[in-house]
Amino acid sequence: MVPLNYYLLLSAVLFVIGAAGVLIRRDLIVILMSVELMLNAVNLTFIAFARSLGSMDGQVIVFFVMTVAAAEAVVGLAIIISVFRHHRTLDPRQMQLLKW
Amino acid sequence: MTGPMIFFSILAGLSIAFSLLVVFQRNVVHSAMALVATLFLIAVLFLTLDAAMVGILQILVYAGAIMVLFLFVIMLLNPGVLEARGIAWWLLGSIAALLLLFELASLLVDSRGLIPGQAPAGASFGSPEMLAQSLFNDFVLPFEIASVLLLVAMIGAVVLAKREP
Repeated sequence: MVPLNYYLLLSAVLFVIGAAGVLIRRDLIVILMSVELMLNAVNLTFIAFARSLGSMDGQVIVFFVMTVAAAEAVVGLAIIISVFRHHRTLDPRQMQLLKW
Repeated sequence: MTGPMIFFSILAGLSIAFSLLVVFQRNVVHSAMALVATLFLIAVLFLTLDAAMVGILQILVYAGAIMVLFLFVIMLLNPGVLEARGIAWWLLGSIAALLLLFELASLLVDSRGLIPGQAPAGASFGSPEMLAQSLFNDFVLPFEIASVLLLVAMIGAVVLAKREP
């Protein structure tokens, strides 16, 4: 069997790559995709712990995380579409209406 | 190295490579395809952890439905221009992310003694029956709230993306 630590480390690496995407990309769609990547890294941790502890609770939580991720993607993409209609760009630097 | 270990290493290397492609690539459609590959590999990792049902749901819901939605929006908006590559900014962001990785990794190495070993999993662990029993016995209220959440998200998406008269 592969030790739990390896899964946790892989999940940490994937989470950090997603966080790097949120930090460095200047495209709203890619930022949203990086958030999905981070959510999946967390899901991997949940599943690894569920297997390690022999409990189904972790898998049920992953089920709910998927639901929330679907809702988040739908609403996020709708916001991106309506923002694109106003600004004609996907660059978050151009969206500074609230900036003082 | 044993068989499962080699399999895990291949999966881990591929998923890290594809997720790096998601982030460090300028074409949005290519990023989306790399994300599909990453999600698929994570689903296979779920299968190696006796989570068959969740792995299949991952392929159906994530790699299927959500990524198709992303591709639809990319093609609807058709951004066209590639994002400019700001080397200094990318370097700064990567360094910040690496710091986060070192923090997480040192934490995981330190807490090695606290993590319990592998419990023996039953034959039906991760099957639809087990998942459904846990879902409809212990998690009925969150399940109902999730359905309301999906309804709210659906209405919200329609209202937000509706063309103003």
